[in-house]
Amino acid sequence: MTRRVHGRCAVPDVRTSVRSPGVLLSVAVLLFVLLAALVPELFTSQDPISGVPAERLSGPSAAHLFGTDQTGRDLFARVVHGAALSLQATVLAVLVSLVAGAALGVLAGFLGGWVDSLVMRVVDVLQAIPAILLSLALVTALGFGTTNVAIAVGVSNLAAFARLMRAEVLRVKTGVFVEAARAAGVRWTGVLGRHVLPNATGPVLALATVTFGTAVLEVSALSFLGFGATPPAPEWGALVAGGRSFLATAWWLTTFPGVTVAAVVLAANRLAQAFERGGR
Amino acid sequence: MPPVVRRLGHAVVVLWAAFTLSFVILYLLPGDAVLTKLGAAEAGVTSSPAEIAALRAEYGLDDPVLLHYGKRLLAALHGDFGTSVNTGDGATHMVLTALPPTLAVTGLALVLAVLFGGTVAVLGTYTRVRVLSRLLLALPPLGTSLPTFWVGLVLIQVFSFQLGLVPAIGATGFSSLVLPAITLALPNGAIVGQVLAKSLRTQLEQPYIEIVAAKGASRARVHFGHALRNAALPALTLVGVVTGNLLAGSVITETVFSRDGVGRVTTSAVTAQDVPVVQAVIVLAALFFVAVNLLVDLLYPLLDPRLARPREVSRV
Repeated sequence: MTRRVHGRCAVPDVRTSVRSPGVLLSVAVLLFVLLAALVPELFTSQDPISGVPAERLSGPSAAHLFGTDQTGRDLFARVVHGAALSLQATVLAVLVSLVAGAALGVLAGFLGGWVDSLVMRVVDVLQAIPAILLSLALVTALGFGTTNVAIAVGVSNLAAFARLMRAEVLRVKTGVFVEAARAAGVRWTGVLGRHVLPNATGPVLALATVTFGTAVLEVSALSFLGFGATPPAPEWGALVAGGRSFLATAWWLTTFPGVTVAAVVLAANRLAQAFERGGR
Repeated sequence: MPPVVRRLGHAVVVLWAAFTLSFVILYLLPGDAVLTKLGAAEAGVTSSPAEIAALRAEYGLDDPVLLHYGKRLLAALHGDFGTSVNTGDGATHMVLTALPPTLAVTGLALVLAVLFGGTVAVLGTYTRVRVLSRLLLALPPLGTSLPTFWVGLVLIQVFSFQLGLVPAIGATGFSSLVLPAITLALPNGAIVGQVLAKSLRTQLEQPYIEIVAAKGASRARVHFGHALRNAALPALTLVGVVTGNLLAGSVITETVFSRDGVGRVTTSAVTAQDVPVVQAVIVLAALFFVAVNLLVDLLYPLLDPRLARPREVSRV
């Protein structure tokens, strides 16, 4: 079965911009983190949970690439094993934003009228409250833990998806080919699957990649504040928080997890830029 | 309806919607987690079922949803968001007394953000040295990618522990404001820089720029006197968003720098699942957002004469 894609299409165009070294590096960073999340043993054989007390608070060395913490746990192992928890939360957050946001946008765009007004007013308010406060309110209601943090971050970012999908629906809705399809008796679900969704792939993919970066930042910020992973489970934001008490003596405890978060966000943003250019 | 009244009406609607949304999230969403928290924290372990029932009634949790909502909304209109489950103080009072130290940092951060962002965008588009331009314009995307909590810790490490220039924590004197304000200003300055640079580039491609240059204006005059003046207007609309971000960012910076303020009140309220205080903070943030946007909207016609005469310009 072949699917016709009208107008812009992200996938083939991206190939031209993939040659840039920045994009290649970003893909490499994200692949590395993804692999670390799936098979952490590939990168480190050390235990992230129990340490060697005799080697506590030692700086970066060949044996401990990122140094060790106050109980002698290898920080590199903790960062690598933390990838799973951090990425799970991030991916869940992006999925919540994408699915809920897109559903709201499609609903508003197709139905129009008061549903449209209602949905768009809700979206307005979601954007009037700063994302971190909104997710903190959700965490207050839902309770703590990585999953709840992920849902909260997802909801706080769904407004952009709703706006984008609504715009896509409205754009396609007026197209002659949609008019023809409607005239030929295609139901609106058919129009959605055949015309709206394939057309929206490019912009949605770009937005999802940007949101991935934002979500990494927000999830780690909420974990830093102590609402995410429960110790001793390693999570990037929580690792930075754990190193706070040793700022003066053990710089590596905050620096390496922080750099990891920054690298992942930078890579996601760079990739999003490439998608955006490829999609236009 | 005069535009001012219409904008004011819109502001009130957004504020009401923010209250309603926070009510839905905080009082309706899970129900049980908050209920148990309310009961357990206030009444302690010794409370009898009768006491808990009395408490639930006091908090309006037994009322039908709409009645509960109506009561809350009416109280909120009088500035009353309920009493803190944690401390027993009025939630509004707690948030307002915590506001001054937060505003001091936020204000300084806003100035710094506009300075950072403006300088980077203007120099980045003005310079003819390609390397410098690319370097400068690469800074804003970098700024939005760094985790704020980590930037704060790095600043403490470098400026307090290594160089000993400013105190690491605490809230005494102006010097203690500097690091938190820089931490907050970096990501928000990056947003300002990104938007201003983009809008400068758009302006510089407009035909009027060629005319001005053809008439003999110097490059600096074209850039600062014409392009920047037009490009600054879209950037001005960002101030509302940035102010909201700065206020919300204090949740992070006040934890990192161990300062008192709205951010700390928020974090401890979330930790204790102190619903009234969290709601007061949310509505306060929305109030800031709405007020700053209203101010920007009202300033706009003064800065852009085209908007002051709406009859000549078709309004969108």
